[in-house]
Amino acid sequence: MYLDIESKTVLEVRIIRIATILTLFAILGSGLVTFTYQITAQHIAANERATLLRTLNALISQDQYDNDLFNDFIWVQNEELLGTEQPVILYRARKAEQPVAVLFIPVAPSGYSGAIRLLVGINYNGTLLGVRVISHQETPGLGDYIETRRSNWILDFKGRSLTNPNESGWKVKRDGGVFDQLTGATITPRAVVKAVHQALLFYQQQRPALFNKDNVAP
Amino acid sequence: MNRYTTLIQDGLWNNNVGLVQLLGLCPLLAVTGTLVNGLGLGIATCVTLVASNVTVSLTRHWILTEVRLPIFVLLIASIVTMIELMIKAFYYDLYLALGIFIPLIVTNCAVIGRAEAFAVKQPVDRAFLDGLMMGLGFTLVLVMLGGLRELLGRGTLFDQAELLFGEFGYGLKITLFENYRGFLLAILPPGAFFGLGLLIALKNAIDRRLARRATQPFSLAITQQQTS
Ligand SMILES: Cc1cc2nc3c(=O)[nH]c(=O)nc-3n(C[C@H](O)[C@H](O)[C@H](O)COP(=O)(O)O)c2cc1C
Repeated sequence: MYLDIESKTVLEVRIIRIATILTLFAILGSGLVTFTYQITAQHIAANERATLLRTLNALISQDQYDNDLFNDFIWVQNEELLGTEQPVILYRARKAEQPVAVLFIPVAPSGYSGAIRLLVGINYNGTLLGVRVISHQETPGLGDYIETRRSNWILDFKGRSLTNPNESGWKVKRDGGVFDQLTGATITPRAVVKAVHQALLFYQQQRPALFNKDNVAP
Repeated sequence: MNRYTTLIQDGLWNNNVGLVQLLGLCPLLAVTGTLVNGLGLGIATCVTLVASNVTVSLTRHWILTEVRLPIFVLLIASIVTMIELMIKAFYYDLYLALGIFIPLIVTNCAVIGRAEAFAVKQPVDRAFLDGLMMGLGFTLVLVMLGGLRELLGRGTLFDQAELLFGEFGYGLKITLFENYRGFLLAILPPGAFFGLGLLIALKNAIDRRLARRATQPFSLAITQQQTS
Protein backbone atom coordinates (compact mmCIF):
# COMPACT_ATOMS: atom_id res chain seq x y z
CA MET A 1 0.00 0.00 0.00
CA TYR A 2 1.28 3.45 -0.84
CA LEU A 3 -0.30 6.83 -1.12
CA ASP A 4 1.01 9.45 -3.48
CA ILE A 5 1.20 13.04 -2.35
CA GLU A 6 -2.06 14.00 -3.96
CA SER A 7 -4.30 11.34 -2.44
CA LYS A 8 -2.63 11.93 0.91
CA THR A 9 -3.80 15.52 0.91
CA VAL A 10 -7.23 14.41 -0.27
CA LEU A 11 -7.37 12.08 2.71
CA GLU A 12 -6.23 14.86 5.04
CA VAL A 13 -8.88 17.19 3.73
CA ARG A 14 -11.48 14.49 4.24
CA ILE A 15 -10.36 13.85 7.81
CA ILE A 16 -10.45 17.53 8.64
CA ARG A 17 -13.92 17.79 7.19
CA ILE A 18 -15.12 14.86 9.26
CA ALA A 19 -13.62 16.31 12.40
CA THR A 20 -15.25 19.67 11.74
CA ILE A 21 -18.65 18.14 11.15
CA LEU A 22 -18.42 16.01 14.28
CA THR A 23 -17.41 19.08 16.28
CA LEU A 24 -20.34 21.05 14.92
CA PHE A 25 -22.80 18.31 15.83
CA ALA A 26 -21.27 18.04 19.30
CA ILE A 27 -21.75 21.78 19.74
CA LEU A 28 -25.32 21.55 18.46
CA GLY A 29 -26.13 18.68 20.83
CA SER A 30 -24.59 20.17 23.94
CA GLY A 31 -26.06 23.56 23.05
CA LEU A 32 -29.56 22.13 22.98
CA VAL A 33 -29.05 20.32 26.28
CA THR A 34 -27.58 23.42 27.94
CA PHE A 35 -30.50 25.51 26.77
CA THR A 36 -33.05 23.01 28.11
CA TYR A 37 -31.16 22.74 31.36
CA GLN A 38 -31.27 26.50 31.80
CA ILE A 39 -35.02 26.69 31.39
CA THR A 40 -35.82 23.62 33.52
CA ALA A 41 -33.29 23.83 36.36
CA GLN A 42 -35.46 25.97 38.61
CA HIS A 43 -38.57 23.86 38.11
CA ILE A 44 -36.62 20.68 38.84
CA ALA A 45 -35.10 22.06 42.03
CA ALA A 46 -38.55 23.23 43.15
CA ASN A 47 -40.07 19.80 42.40
CA GLU A 48 -37.39 17.96 44.34
CA ARG A 49 -37.80 20.27 47.28
CA ALA A 50 -41.58 20.00 47.24
CA THR A 51 -41.45 16.21 47.11
CA LEU A 52 -39.07 16.02 50.02
CA LEU A 53 -41.10 18.49 52.08
CA ARG A 54 -44.25 16.53 51.33
CA THR A 55 -42.55 13.37 52.57
CA LEU A 56 -41.19 15.07 55.69
CA ASN A 57 -44.58 16.59 56.42
CA ALA A 58 -46.17 13.15 56.24
CA LEU A 59 -44.40 12.47 59.53
CA ILE A 60 -44.30 15.86 61.20
CA SER A 61 -47.06 18.41 60.82
CA GLN A 62 -46.19 22.00 60.20
CA ASP A 63 -47.41 23.24 63.57
CA GLN A 64 -45.00 20.97 65.40
CA TYR A 65 -41.93 22.97 64.36
CA ASP A 66 -41.08 26.54 63.48
CA ASN A 67 -37.55 26.33 62.10
CA ASP A 68 -36.60 26.11 58.44
CA LEU A 69 -36.64 22.30 58.54
CA PHE A 70 -35.45 21.91 54.98
CA ASN A 71 -32.26 23.83 55.63
CA ASP A 72 -31.54 22.60 59.14
CA PHE A 73 -29.71 19.38 58.40
CA ILE A 74 -26.46 17.58 59.05
CA TRP A 75 -24.84 14.57 57.42
CA VAL A 76 -24.30 11.54 59.60
CA GLN A 77 -22.42 8.37 58.88
CA ASN A 78 -22.69 4.99 60.57
CA GLU A 79 -22.47 1.92 58.41
CA GLU A 80 -23.48 -0.49 61.16
CA LEU A 81 -26.68 1.25 62.27
CA LEU A 82 -27.76 3.21 59.21
CA GLY A 83 -27.28 0.38 56.73
CA THR A 84 -25.06 2.23 54.29
CA GLU A 85 -21.48 3.44 54.17
CA GLN A 86 -22.72 6.64 52.51
CA PRO A 87 -23.41 9.74 54.59
CA VAL A 88 -27.11 10.05 55.44
CA ILE A 89 -28.93 13.38 55.60
CA LEU A 90 -30.61 14.17 58.93
CA TYR A 91 -33.14 17.00 59.32
CA ARG A 92 -33.76 18.63 62.67
CA ALA A 93 -37.11 20.04 63.73
CA ARG A 94 -37.11 22.68 66.46
CA LYS A 95 -39.73 24.86 68.07
CA ALA A 96 -38.74 28.05 69.87
CA GLU A 97 -35.11 26.91 69.64
CA GLN A 98 -35.93 23.71 71.54
CA PRO A 99 -35.21 20.37 69.80
CA VAL A 100 -38.42 18.61 68.71
CA ALA A 101 -37.49 15.73 66.44
CA VAL A 102 -35.07 14.38 63.86
CA LEU A 103 -35.96 12.95 60.46
CA PHE A 104 -33.44 10.94 58.50
CA ILE A 105 -33.14 8.41 55.73
CA PRO A 106 -31.50 5.15 56.81
CA VAL A 107 -31.32 2.10 54.58
CA ALA A 108 -32.63 -1.40 55.17
CA PRO A 109 -29.95 -3.25 53.19
CA SER A 110 -31.46 -6.73 53.31
CA GLY A 111 -34.79 -6.40 51.49
CA TYR A 112 -35.89 -9.15 49.12
CA SER A 113 -34.50 -7.22 46.13
CA GLY A 114 -31.83 -5.03 47.59
CA ALA A 115 -31.86 -1.89 49.65
CA ILE A 116 -35.04 -0.25 50.95
CA ARG A 117 -34.65 3.45 51.76
CA LEU A 118 -36.75 4.57 54.71
CA LEU A 119 -37.67 7.91 56.18
CA VAL A 120 -37.60 7.63 59.95
CA GLY A 121 -38.82 10.38 62.26
CA ILE A 122 -37.93 10.26 65.94
CA ASN A 123 -39.25 12.61 68.63
CA TYR A 124 -36.72 14.18 70.96
CA ASN A 125 -37.81 11.79 73.70
CA GLY A 126 -37.03 8.76 71.52
CA THR A 127 -40.53 7.70 70.40
CA LEU A 128 -41.13 7.23 66.72
CA LEU A 129 -42.96 9.94 64.81
CA GLY A 130 -43.39 7.32 62.16
CA VAL A 131 -41.72 5.55 59.27
CA ARG A 132 -42.25 5.77 55.50
CA VAL A 133 -40.67 4.04 52.53
CA ILE A 134 -38.80 6.37 50.21
CA SER A 135 -37.78 3.81 47.60
CA HIS A 136 -37.66 0.05 47.24
CA GLN A 137 -37.63 -2.70 44.61
CA GLU A 138 -39.66 -5.31 46.46
CA THR A 139 -41.97 -7.50 44.42
CA PRO A 140 -45.25 -5.78 43.50
CA GLY A 141 -48.11 -7.59 45.14
CA LEU A 142 -45.86 -9.38 47.64
CA GLY A 143 -43.33 -7.17 49.36
CA ASP A 144 -44.84 -3.81 48.52
CA TYR A 145 -47.33 -3.75 51.38
CA ILE A 146 -44.75 -1.64 53.21
CA GLU A 147 -45.95 1.28 51.05
CA THR A 148 -48.76 3.35 52.54
CA ARG A 149 -50.71 3.20 49.32
CA ARG A 150 -50.89 -0.58 49.54
CA SER A 151 -51.53 -1.12 53.25
CA ASN A 152 -51.33 0.42 56.71
CA TRP A 153 -48.61 -1.93 57.82
CA ILE A 154 -45.94 0.73 58.26
CA LEU A 155 -48.15 2.99 60.37
CA ASP A 156 -47.71 0.52 63.23
CA PHE A 157 -44.32 2.05 64.00
CA LYS A 158 -45.81 5.34 65.12
CA GLY A 159 -45.34 5.87 68.86
CA ARG A 160 -43.02 2.91 69.32
CA SER A 161 -39.62 3.23 70.96
CA LEU A 162 -36.73 1.14 72.29
CA THR A 163 -38.86 0.25 75.31
CA ASN A 164 -42.11 -0.33 73.39
CA PRO A 165 -41.64 -3.16 72.68
CA ASN A 166 -38.38 -4.08 74.39
CA GLU A 167 -35.32 -5.48 72.65
CA SER A 168 -36.70 -8.98 72.06
CA GLY A 169 -39.97 -7.67 70.62
CA TRP A 170 -38.33 -5.77 67.75
CA LYS A 171 -38.95 -8.60 65.31
CA VAL A 172 -41.74 -9.81 63.08
CA LYS A 173 -44.25 -12.16 64.71
CA ARG A 174 -42.86 -15.19 62.94
CA ASP A 175 -39.51 -14.57 64.67
CA GLY A 176 -41.19 -14.08 68.05
CA GLY A 177 -41.60 -10.31 67.91
CA VAL A 178 -44.61 -8.01 67.87
CA PHE A 179 -44.70 -6.80 64.26
CA ASP A 180 -47.16 -8.27 61.78
CA GLN A 181 -46.07 -9.82 58.54
CA LEU A 182 -47.88 -11.20 55.55
CA THR A 183 -47.36 -14.94 55.31
CA GLY A 184 -45.32 -15.68 52.23
CA ALA A 185 -43.52 -12.35 52.36
CA THR A 186 -41.57 -12.14 55.57
CA ILE A 187 -38.22 -11.06 54.20
CA THR A 188 -39.30 -7.52 53.42
CA PRO A 189 -40.86 -6.63 56.81
CA ARG A 190 -38.01 -8.36 58.62
CA ALA A 191 -35.57 -6.02 56.88
CA VAL A 192 -37.67 -2.95 57.67
CA VAL A 193 -38.19 -3.79 61.34
CA LYS A 194 -34.49 -4.37 61.79
CA ALA A 195 -33.57 -1.10 60.11
CA VAL A 196 -36.03 0.91 62.21
CA HIS A 197 -34.75 -0.68 65.39
CA GLN A 198 -31.20 0.20 64.44
CA ALA A 199 -32.23 3.74 63.59
CA LEU A 200 -33.60 4.06 67.13
CA LEU A 201 -30.34 2.70 68.55
CA PHE A 202 -28.43 5.20 66.46
CA TYR A 203 -30.55 8.02 67.82
CA GLN A 204 -30.09 6.85 71.39
CA GLN A 205 -26.30 6.78 70.96
CA GLN A 206 -25.96 10.08 69.18
CA ARG A 207 -28.76 12.28 70.49
CA PRO A 208 -26.66 14.90 72.30
CA ALA A 209 -24.52 15.49 69.22
CA LEU A 210 -27.30 15.50 66.64
CA PHE A 211 -28.95 18.76 67.63
CA ASN A 212 -25.74 20.69 68.24
CA LYS A 213 -23.58 20.02 65.24
CA ASP A 214 -23.69 22.75 62.68
CA ASN A 215 -24.65 22.11 59.10
CA VAL A 216 -21.72 20.46 57.42
CA ALA A 217 -21.20 19.27 53.91
CA PRO A 218 -20.69 15.52 53.49
CA MET B 1 -51.24 4.42 -3.15
CA ASN B 2 -50.75 7.71 -1.37
CA ARG B 3 -47.09 8.28 -0.54
CA TYR B 4 -47.95 8.62 3.14
CA THR B 5 -50.27 5.63 3.50
CA THR B 6 -47.52 3.02 3.45
CA LEU B 7 -45.65 4.91 6.16
CA ILE B 8 -48.73 4.82 8.37
CA GLN B 9 -49.41 1.12 7.72
CA ASP B 10 -45.76 0.19 8.26
CA GLY B 11 -45.43 2.03 11.53
CA LEU B 12 -48.68 0.89 13.07
CA TRP B 13 -48.86 -2.63 11.74
CA ASN B 14 -46.71 -4.19 9.00
CA ASN B 15 -43.36 -3.16 10.44
CA ASN B 16 -44.38 -2.45 14.05
CA VAL B 17 -41.38 -1.77 16.28
CA GLY B 18 -42.60 -3.89 19.17
CA LEU B 19 -44.27 -6.77 17.34
CA VAL B 20 -42.34 -7.16 14.09
CA GLN B 21 -38.96 -5.46 14.38
CA LEU B 22 -38.76 -6.53 18.05
CA LEU B 23 -36.61 -3.55 18.89
CA GLY B 24 -36.53 -1.78 22.24
CA LEU B 25 -37.42 -4.93 24.13
CA CYS B 26 -35.71 -3.86 27.33
CA PRO B 27 -38.07 -0.96 28.11
CA LEU B 28 -40.95 -2.82 26.51
CA LEU B 29 -40.64 -5.68 28.96
CA ALA B 30 -39.47 -3.72 31.96
CA VAL B 31 -41.96 -0.89 32.36
CA THR B 32 -45.18 -2.52 31.25
CA GLY B 33 -46.28 -3.54 34.74
CA THR B 34 -49.17 -1.10 34.45
CA LEU B 35 -51.01 0.54 31.60
CA VAL B 36 -50.08 4.05 32.70
CA ASN B 37 -46.36 3.28 32.91
CA GLY B 38 -46.53 1.81 29.41
CA LEU B 39 -48.36 4.85 28.09
CA GLY B 40 -45.89 7.26 29.73
CA LEU B 41 -42.84 5.54 28.31
CA GLY B 42 -44.60 5.14 24.96
CA ILE B 43 -45.24 8.86 24.66
CA ALA B 44 -41.67 9.67 25.67
CA THR B 45 -40.31 7.23 23.09
CA CYS B 46 -42.66 8.59 20.44
CA VAL B 47 -41.50 12.17 21.05
CA THR B 48 -37.89 10.97 20.90
CA LEU B 49 -38.48 9.17 17.59
CA VAL B 50 -40.14 12.20 16.00
CA ALA B 51 -37.51 14.64 17.26
CA SER B 52 -34.64 12.39 16.25
CA ASN B 53 -36.07 11.62 12.80
CA VAL B 54 -36.73 15.30 12.09
CA THR B 55 -33.30 16.43 13.30
CA VAL B 56 -31.51 13.72 11.33
CA SER B 57 -33.53 14.50 8.21
CA LEU B 58 -32.92 18.26 8.50
CA THR B 59 -29.18 17.78 8.87
CA ARG B 60 -28.87 14.80 6.49
CA HIS B 61 -26.81 16.74 3.93
CA TRP B 62 -24.11 17.39 6.51
CA ILE B 63 -24.03 13.91 7.95
CA LEU B 64 -20.99 12.17 6.44
CA THR B 65 -21.40 8.46 5.98
CA GLU B 66 -18.17 7.56 7.82
CA VAL B 67 -19.29 9.19 11.04
CA ARG B 68 -23.05 8.92 10.75
CA LEU B 69 -23.37 6.54 13.71
CA PRO B 70 -21.54 8.78 16.22
CA ILE B 71 -23.64 11.68 14.96
CA PHE B 72 -26.87 9.75 15.43
CA VAL B 73 -25.85 8.70 18.93
CA LEU B 74 -24.94 12.28 19.78
CA LEU B 75 -28.23 13.67 18.53
CA ILE B 76 -30.35 10.98 20.16
CA ALA B 77 -28.55 11.29 23.49
CA SER B 78 -29.06 15.06 23.44
CA ILE B 79 -32.75 14.73 22.60
CA VAL B 80 -33.38 12.14 25.30
CA THR B 81 -31.58 14.26 27.89
CA MET B 82 -33.75 17.22 26.91
CA ILE B 83 -36.90 15.13 27.24
CA GLU B 84 -35.77 13.80 30.60
CA LEU B 85 -35.17 17.32 31.88
CA MET B 86 -38.60 18.40 30.65
CA ILE B 87 -40.39 15.48 32.30
CA LYS B 88 -38.47 16.15 35.48
CA ALA B 89 -39.51 19.78 35.38
CA PHE B 90 -43.16 19.39 34.41
CA TYR B 91 -44.21 15.79 35.23
CA TYR B 92 -42.11 15.07 38.28
CA ASP B 93 -44.31 12.27 39.61
CA LEU B 94 -44.14 10.49 36.28
CA TYR B 95 -40.38 10.94 36.38
CA LEU B 96 -40.34 9.22 39.77
CA ALA B 97 -42.39 6.34 38.35
CA LEU B 98 -40.42 5.83 35.13
CA GLY B 99 -37.08 6.68 36.72
CA ILE B 100 -34.22 4.92 35.03
CA PHE B 101 -36.19 4.02 31.91
CA ILE B 102 -36.18 7.49 30.38
CA PRO B 103 -32.39 7.63 29.97
CA LEU B 104 -32.67 4.08 28.67
CA ILE B 105 -34.58 5.33 25.62
CA VAL B 106 -31.10 6.18 24.33
CA THR B 107 -30.44 2.47 24.11
CA ASN B 108 -33.69 1.75 22.29
CA CYS B 109 -32.30 0.59 18.98
CA ALA B 110 -35.57 1.49 17.28
CA VAL B 111 -34.57 5.16 17.45
CA ILE B 112 -31.15 4.79 15.84
CA GLY B 113 -32.65 2.16 13.54
CA ARG B 114 -35.13 4.65 12.07
CA ALA B 115 -32.42 7.30 11.75
CA GLU B 116 -30.17 4.94 9.85
CA ALA B 117 -32.76 3.10 7.77
CA PHE B 118 -35.09 5.97 6.99
CA ALA B 119 -34.62 9.54 8.19
CA VAL B 120 -31.12 10.04 6.84
CA LYS B 121 -32.37 9.45 3.28
CA GLN B 122 -35.78 11.13 3.42
CA PRO B 123 -37.27 14.63 3.34
CA VAL B 124 -38.50 16.09 6.60
CA ASP B 125 -42.23 15.52 6.14
CA ARG B 126 -41.80 11.80 5.53
CA ALA B 127 -39.22 11.46 8.31
CA PHE B 128 -41.64 13.17 10.69
CA LEU B 129 -44.53 10.90 9.76
CA ASP B 130 -42.35 7.81 9.98
CA GLY B 131 -41.17 8.76 13.47
CA LEU B 132 -44.70 9.50 14.59
CA MET B 133 -46.15 6.26 13.25
CA MET B 134 -43.31 4.05 14.50
CA GLY B 135 -43.67 5.77 17.87
CA LEU B 136 -47.44 5.33 17.95
CA GLY B 137 -47.11 1.69 16.95
CA PHE B 138 -44.65 1.13 19.79
CA THR B 139 -46.89 3.03 22.22
CA LEU B 140 -49.86 0.89 21.27
CA VAL B 141 -47.94 -2.26 22.07
CA LEU B 142 -46.71 -0.83 25.38
CA VAL B 143 -50.26 0.16 26.32
CA MET B 144 -51.76 -3.18 25.38
CA LEU B 145 -49.08 -5.16 27.17
CA GLY B 146 -49.27 -2.88 30.22
CA GLY B 147 -53.06 -3.12 30.25
CA LEU B 148 -53.00 -6.88 29.91
CA ARG B 149 -50.49 -7.33 32.72
CA GLU B 150 -52.21 -4.85 35.01
CA LEU B 151 -55.59 -6.46 34.42
CA LEU B 152 -54.38 -10.00 35.05
CA GLY B 153 -51.91 -9.08 37.76
CA ARG B 154 -53.91 -6.63 39.82
CA GLY B 155 -57.42 -6.58 38.44
CA THR B 156 -57.31 -2.85 37.69
CA LEU B 157 -56.80 -0.55 34.72
CA PHE B 158 -55.47 3.03 34.68
CA ASP B 159 -54.12 2.71 38.22
CA GLN B 160 -52.04 5.81 39.02
CA ALA B 161 -53.33 7.66 35.98
CA GLU B 162 -52.80 10.84 38.00
CA LEU B 163 -49.09 10.53 37.18
CA LEU B 164 -49.91 11.43 33.58
CA PHE B 165 -53.16 13.34 33.75
CA GLY B 166 -52.93 15.19 37.09
CA GLU B 167 -56.06 15.57 39.24
CA PHE B 168 -58.26 14.30 36.44
CA GLY B 169 -56.44 10.96 36.51
CA TYR B 170 -57.73 9.97 39.95
CA GLY B 171 -61.15 9.36 38.44
CA LEU B 172 -59.82 7.12 35.67
CA LYS B 173 -58.87 4.11 37.72
CA ILE B 174 -61.09 1.15 36.99
CA THR B 175 -61.22 -1.78 39.38
CA LEU B 176 -62.55 -4.69 37.39
CA PHE B 177 -62.45 -7.35 40.02
CA GLU B 178 -63.15 -6.33 43.61
CA ASN B 179 -61.00 -8.11 46.19
CA TYR B 180 -58.89 -9.63 43.42
CA ARG B 181 -56.04 -11.54 45.00
CA GLY B 182 -53.62 -10.78 42.20
CA PHE B 183 -51.78 -12.98 39.74
CA LEU B 184 -48.13 -12.46 40.50
CA LEU B 185 -46.77 -14.03 37.33
CA ALA B 186 -48.34 -11.35 35.17
CA ILE B 187 -46.54 -8.58 37.06
CA LEU B 188 -43.15 -10.26 37.27
CA PRO B 189 -40.75 -10.11 34.28
CA PRO B 190 -41.74 -13.53 32.89
CA GLY B 191 -45.28 -12.18 32.54
CA ALA B 192 -43.95 -9.56 30.16
CA PHE B 193 -42.46 -12.24 27.91
CA PHE B 194 -45.65 -14.30 27.94
CA GLY B 195 -47.74 -11.21 27.24
CA LEU B 196 -45.56 -10.09 24.36
CA GLY B 197 -45.59 -13.60 22.94
CA LEU B 198 -49.39 -13.62 23.03
CA LEU B 199 -49.59 -10.23 21.31
CA ILE B 200 -47.22 -11.34 18.55
CA ALA B 201 -49.19 -14.55 18.06
CA LEU B 202 -52.41 -12.53 17.88
CA LYS B 203 -50.96 -10.23 15.24
CA ASN B 204 -49.72 -13.15 13.16
CA ALA B 205 -53.09 -14.86 13.39
CA ILE B 206 -54.85 -11.73 12.17
CA ASP B 207 -52.33 -11.32 9.34
CA ARG B 208 -52.86 -14.91 8.23
CA ARG B 209 -56.63 -14.53 8.23
CA LEU B 210 -56.37 -11.31 6.21
CA ALA B 211 -54.02 -12.96 3.74
CA ARG B 212 -56.35 -15.91 3.30
CA ARG B 213 -59.29 -13.63 2.71
CA ALA B 214 -57.31 -11.61 0.19
CA THR B 215 -56.24 -14.64 -1.84
CA GLN B 216 -59.54 -16.45 -1.73
CA PRO B 217 -61.43 -14.58 -4.47
CA PHE B 218 -58.32 -14.87 -6.60
CA SER B 219 -57.97 -18.64 -6.23
CA LEU B 220 -61.70 -18.96 -6.72
CA ALA B 221 -61.35 -17.17 -10.03
CA ILE B 222 -58.61 -19.55 -11.08
CA THR B 223 -60.64 -22.65 -10.30
CA GLN B 224 -63.58 -21.19 -12.16
CA GLN B 225 -61.40 -20.63 -15.16
CA GLN B 226 -60.17 -24.19 -15.02
CA THR B 227 -63.64 -25.63 -14.85
CA SER B 228 -65.04 -23.51 -17.61
C1 LIG C 1 -40.66 -14.25 42.51
C2 LIG C 1 -40.70 -14.11 44.01
C3 LIG C 1 -40.71 -12.84 44.56
C4 LIG C 1 -40.75 -12.65 45.95
N1 LIG C 1 -40.73 -11.40 46.46
C5 LIG C 1 -40.74 -11.24 47.81
C6 LIG C 1 -40.70 -9.92 48.36
O1 LIG C 1 -40.68 -8.88 47.67
N2 LIG C 1 -40.71 -9.81 49.71
C7 LIG C 1 -40.76 -10.90 50.54
O2 LIG C 1 -40.75 -10.71 51.75
N3 LIG C 1 -40.78 -12.14 50.03
C8 LIG C 1 -40.78 -12.34 48.69
N4 LIG C 1 -40.82 -13.61 48.18
C9 LIG C 1 -40.97 -14.76 49.09
C10 LIG C 1 -39.63 -15.11 49.76
O3 LIG C 1 -38.84 -15.85 48.89
C11 LIG C 1 -39.86 -15.94 51.02
O4 LIG C 1 -40.39 -17.16 50.61
C12 LIG C 1 -40.85 -15.35 51.99
O5 LIG C 1 -40.51 -14.03 52.27
C13 LIG C 1 -40.83 -16.12 53.27
O6 LIG C 1 -42.01 -15.77 54.00
P1 LIG C 1 -42.64 -16.80 55.05
O7 LIG C 1 -41.52 -17.02 56.03
O8 LIG C 1 -43.80 -16.06 55.65
O9 LIG C 1 -43.03 -18.01 54.29
C14 LIG C 1 -40.79 -13.79 46.81
C15 LIG C 1 -40.77 -15.08 46.24
C16 LIG C 1 -40.75 -15.24 44.87
C17 LIG C 1 -40.74 -16.64 44.30
